[in-house]
Amino acid sequence: MNRRLRHISALTALFAIGLVGPWLMPAYISQFAQLWLFIVLALSWDIMGGQTGYNSFGNIIYFGIGMYASAVAQVGVVWPVADYTAAKGGGTEFVFTAEQIYTGLALGIPLGGLLAMAAAIVFGALLLGMRGHYFAIATLGLAVAIAELAAGWDYIGAGSGMVTPTLPQEIEGPVLFYYLSLALAVLAILFYAWLYSTRFRLAINAIRDDEDKAEALGHHTTRNKMTAWAISALFTGMAGAIYGNLSGFIDPHDIAFNAEIGVWMILMAILGGKGTLWGPIIGAIVFFVSKELFWTYLLGWQRVALGLLIVIIVVFFPEGIMGWVRSRWPHLFAAPHLDGDEGNAAAAATDERKEAANA
Amino acid sequence: MQNLQLLLQAPVFNIQLLLDGMFIGAVFALAAFGMALVWGVMNIINVSQGEFVMLGGFITLMVVQAGLSPLLGIPVAAVVLFVLGWALYRGIIWRIVEADMFTSLLATFGVSIMLQQLMNEIFGADVRTVESGLGIWFLFDGMVTVTQIKVLAFVLSFVIGLALWLFLKTARLGQAIRATAQNARAARILGIDTDRVYAATYAINAALCGAAGALVVMAWSIHPYMGLPYTLRSFMIVIVAGLGNLAAVISAGLGLGVAEQFAGFILGAEFQLAFVFLLLVAVLVARQVMLARKRQYLK
Repeated sequence: MNRRLRHISALTALFAIGLVGPWLMPAYISQFAQLWLFIVLALSWDIMGGQTGYNSFGNIIYFGIGMYASAVAQVGVVWPVADYTAAKGGGTEFVFTAEQIYTGLALGIPLGGLLAMAAAIVFGALLLGMRGHYFAIATLGLAVAIAELAAGWDYIGAGSGMVTPTLPQEIEGPVLFYYLSLALAVLAILFYAWLYSTRFRLAINAIRDDEDKAEALGHHTTRNKMTAWAISALFTGMAGAIYGNLSGFIDPHDIAFNAEIGVWMILMAILGGKGTLWGPIIGAIVFFVSKELFWTYLLGWQRVALGLLIVIIVVFFPEGIMGWVRSRWPHLFAAPHLDGDEGNAAAAATDERKEAANA
Repeated sequence: MQNLQLLLQAPVFNIQLLLDGMFIGAVFALAAFGMALVWGVMNIINVSQGEFVMLGGFITLMVVQAGLSPLLGIPVAAVVLFVLGWALYRGIIWRIVEADMFTSLLATFGVSIMLQQLMNEIFGADVRTVESGLGIWFLFDGMVTVTQIKVLAFVLSFVIGLALWLFLKTARLGQAIRATAQNARAARILGIDTDRVYAATYAINAALCGAAGALVVMAWSIHPYMGLPYTLRSFMIVIVAGLGNLAAVISAGLGLGVAEQFAGFILGAEFQLAFVFLLLVAVLVARQVMLARKRQYLK
């Protein structure tokens, strides 16, 4: 089996599991919806952190912006938003019909993504000139600042949060949001797979490897960085839009601009292996399953364990699962036209060259 | 904006804010000394800085619960944090000294989450404070109140800063720390045990933060989630002041404290933190714009 075929069959299998999953385990449907969204978040962090080499602590900004924008749009198509949020919890007078819900979602999710993208372009113009840890800390500061601002803005419910539209009886919420999450994840995975097969990937990898050289070679580094961040924000924003509906309640600190989820994105990508397509996907799955187990069995101490987990992953497994697979079975990563023995030979040759270079 | 008019009409409020800002700013500077030290010597941005401050506060709380004088909390917190810093270095930090910046950033972030949640589990998420047992001075016919513990915090920050400077200049270990900061490889060749130097540096940083935390819990208040703002304030102070300039660190700390008090009063307390973080972003963007003119980058 060559590499391309392996790729396609793995994707098909993943999507097939996604489609039949709800029938197999109907009790966990909300968790699975979250898992798909987490895959989108990890992939979208990785395009900046893994592929472009800009480690952002602030992708949670786009998650929150998407969430609030979508909720405001969903409410706004039917009721005045200020009255709705002032009623705290929607009250009983704000009723939505099925049709209004569908219109709201169809409008809100793309709007959430686009608004996040617009924000990414503005913030990118400010921050993307910084390198390394300055960029990381600046995005961290911005994320907390925006959470504080959201918590002080009455229009979107300020500190007491905002309830997403209550679904009428005939809509099964978890199922609807599960399939929306699945659709977004499929879209994101296919899009990133396509994007990483184009020259754009080489351009952003050049930025990661040596930005000054890339610039000297005539790459439009700023434009590429901005594009990568805008794409990242678009998908993160849409994931946020669905996540808000899934949780049913948007709190500025605990849901929308939740610093914890901001760290999870990074952790999932690193755990799986930065800078690969499959790394963030595998990382998200492994992380999500272990997180659910932590949350169930560690009763209160899960967040302490989470901190420890971050330290362990970062210090001991910085290459992630994909990095381990790559060193264990290098022929799987040989150039697409080589396979089997030829691939092994090519990998061995690379190793020899590396050793020669090291010696 | 009503509060702004109030400030213009009653200038005495300005004095109150200015004093409060300078008192807390001195404590910010204390934590920033440690951050500058670790950054300069080990090339690590220690994100768990604010958590060390928080731990110092909780240790003082424990000292008081044990029935001892709260002022005793300052040295006790410093010593306990020194040991903790040393242990953290031996357990985790030594593995990431040579690693790239992002690894150390994320690893210390993990440490900070761990400490913060540990304290949350043990002491709960409530805001805590400790009665220092010192009095209050009233100035301007009682219009301006100054608690003596804040003055003590202010003075102690200066004294500790001065002691740190003397230590780095004259003590054997201090000289070894400076040598390692200049060139770790050369220092190693000349027989300096850089591993020990790093451990000492990290432990001294933790001790400084511990002392700061003891002052914070007496003069203001603490809670398990207060860490990140303190970390980012230290970071901001170090960026503005540069590494290895203690006088600049103090003045940047005082400036930040004053700016924060005024912003909190004028914009409302709920926007004080947002102001701090936006100020951080603004400082970084301003530095970036200045450097970009010379086609350099913040890195």
